[in-house]
Amino acid sequence: MATTKHTLVAIVNDKPGVLNRMVSLFRRRNFNIDSIAVGHSEVPHLSRVTVIVNGTTAMVEQVRKQLDKLIDVVKIFDITGEKLTGRELALIKVKATSATRSEILEIADIFRANIVDVASDTLTIEITGDEDKIDSMFKLLHGFGIREIARTGRVAMVRGSLGVMRRVEKPLKTRVRKQS
Amino acid sequence: MFGFPGGALLPFYDTLPQYSQIRHILTRHEQGAAHAADGYARATGKVGVCMATSGPGATNLVTGIANAYLDSVPMIALTGQVARHFIGKDAFQEIDITGITLPITKHSYVAMDAPSLAATFKEAFYIARSGRPGPVLIDLPKDVMTDQAEFVYPEKLDLPGYKVPRQGHPTQLKNAAKLINEAKQPLIVAGRGVIISGASEELKELAEKAQIPVITTLLGIGCFPGGHILNYGMAGMHGTGYANKALENCDLLIAIGMRFDDRITGKVSAFAPKAKIIHIDLDPAEIGKNVPANVPIVGDVGAVLQAMQKLIETNRHIDWIQQLEEWRKQHPLLDIHDSEGLLPQYIIHELYEATQGDAIVVTGVGQHQMWAAQHYTFHEPGSFISSGGLGTMGFGLPAAMGAKVGRPDKAVWLVDGDGSLQMTIQELATLVQDNIAVKMAILNNGFLGMVRQWQDLFYKKNYVATPISCPDFIKVADAYRISGLTVTKREEVSPAIEQAMAHDGPFLINFMIEPEENVYPMVPPGAANIEFIEQPKKEVSSWRRQSIR
Repeated sequence: MATTKHTLVAIVNDKPGVLNRMVSLFRRRNFNIDSIAVGHSEVPHLSRVTVIVNGTTAMVEQVRKQLDKLIDVVKIFDITGEKLTGRELALIKVKATSATRSEILEIADIFRANIVDVASDTLTIEITGDEDKIDSMFKLLHGFGIREIARTGRVAMVRGSLGVMRRVEKPLKTRVRKQS
Repeated sequence: MFGFPGGALLPFYDTLPQYSQIRHILTRHEQGAAHAADGYARATGKVGVCMATSGPGATNLVTGIANAYLDSVPMIALTGQVARHFIGKDAFQEIDITGITLPITKHSYVAMDAPSLAATFKEAFYIARSGRPGPVLIDLPKDVMTDQAEFVYPEKLDLPGYKVPRQGHPTQLKNAAKLINEAKQPLIVAGRGVIISGASEELKELAEKAQIPVITTLLGIGCFPGGHILNYGMAGMHGTGYANKALENCDLLIAIGMRFDDRITGKVSAFAPKAKIIHIDLDPAEIGKNVPANVPIVGDVGAVLQAMQKLIETNRHIDWIQQLEEWRKQHPLLDIHDSEGLLPQYIIHELYEATQGDAIVVTGVGQHQMWAAQHYTFHEPGSFISSGGLGTMGFGLPAAMGAKVGRPDKAVWLVDGDGSLQMTIQELATLVQDNIAVKMAILNNGFLGMVRQWQDLFYKKNYVATPISCPDFIKVADAYRISGLTVTKREEVSPAIEQAMAHDGPFLINFMIEPEENVYPMVPPGAANIEFIEQPKKEVSSWRRQSIR
């Protein structure tokens, strides 16, 4: 079965050890996390976790259900395949000489990125977008010499007016057994 | 509660005498405390409690907690912890027990302040026993125990992330009923979920109404009466030949409160190859985990079966049941070879005869466990207590102790092996100190028998590290002031069991059994269930147990 990237969004209690419980479960069930982003949600004492994980639909569904069993996980959804707004932020520190500086600024401009720090021989660029956009910018800047890069991992939200707390869980899918 | 004190728990033990309603039993090892709490919980359906001090005390509980986790047993494990200001400093006897037990607990707490203790305990007990039960750990720093706070017991629990499904989805129930009504060769496989839900009666009604044969998992034993005409025994690795043939040929499998463990599926791709599957379980994560279901039903087994009962039609399946009866004759479980030696199957049978099935049988892990499962007939839920998921050698003695404490009205028999027993034999002292009248039948073959059996069948009889020397168990028992006797002959079996039953207090029988007796049938590891190996035919004997009906 083909593996694809899945976006899981979890609303969890804002308590010590919760992230540990979640991450430990990924390891225990033999999953590799591509990225994980954690922050406050719109509700006090609840955090929002966005996990990007690579796997088959059945495997990711299994890990979603296991995560849902954690007492501190209030809600969790696999929003892959829905209309999403997904964003990641990256800070890129790139070498810049007087000869290359203007070219780098031009690239940053094309990507609508901001210059957040200027030093004598580097520029630090802040870019927001989906992973592809950041990857392309990264490729373009590669030739100038990259000193450092920091990426947040994706946060995502389903388009439309419905908030995640109001979503209703879908009933379990029926899977057809292969008859031998 | 079962426990063992230590520095970090001293404040707790100091106040314990003020609470005469709590019976504390001092075990000889913390693992014994955890298994005893487990046995207590399985025998009573209530939450078992064990406790240990920080550091090594806590780590000694780990096997017992894992055992309870894999078999969905409600348990609270209380561990002492170093004082709060020492946490994280590698203090004496400090260990991160919540971290260690993260993957083997349903939930855990570090009780970091006294005011929230009452709510923590209420939550912990609720989580341990509700839904799919499991162990919950509470780590108690020493200075929290000596702190003072106003006792506030919360009326309501605030657990927005904890969901306990009850009723099955109506559409899925209808789909399932349709499949059941149309099936020609339906089969029910029932697991421990039926026992946990207390749904034995509902299961029986359903099976009888539609005349559906029932097989069970190891831990499902007892959830459907052993002598019932529709009971075809346990399936899987050491299941009956006819149960495995039924699995192979059924056109509809109704899996109830079970999780398709590899010991019951055998080779998954060849499992129940002709069947559509209805999977009823409380835990949504079990649906489709190992074997995909055509109709998944998430809900409390009892509630689902009650609702289902109304939707299914009375049915008979005469041809199918005749076929199963045919297989029952072709593959009798109880054909065993003629031998001058003492056969374990015979002992278990005699134990059944003597107790008339009115006992709780607790086992360790190994050959003796399978013989007990196969040759004793269990009529009631909770009458068979065994370590299924984790397969923990040494579970037997402490679990039997816990079962007897929970059910003093019942005879409790430990069926154990010489290998298993030696892992937790120190609990004999606990039996004596707390006068817990467990009767013990040790099937002693001088081997780690199940491992030896695998070496025999799959490793060319290369018996490495399986011959095991034993102490004279009777002398050991005597040293602990427990009566016992050794049995070497067939005719001594029944009188010895009678003597044990008549004896006031714990009693140990050391049965010197045929050393190289194997457990049959057996599905070789990795093979399909239908490829089960039977007792080699040439050795089939004249001694046969009458079928119990």
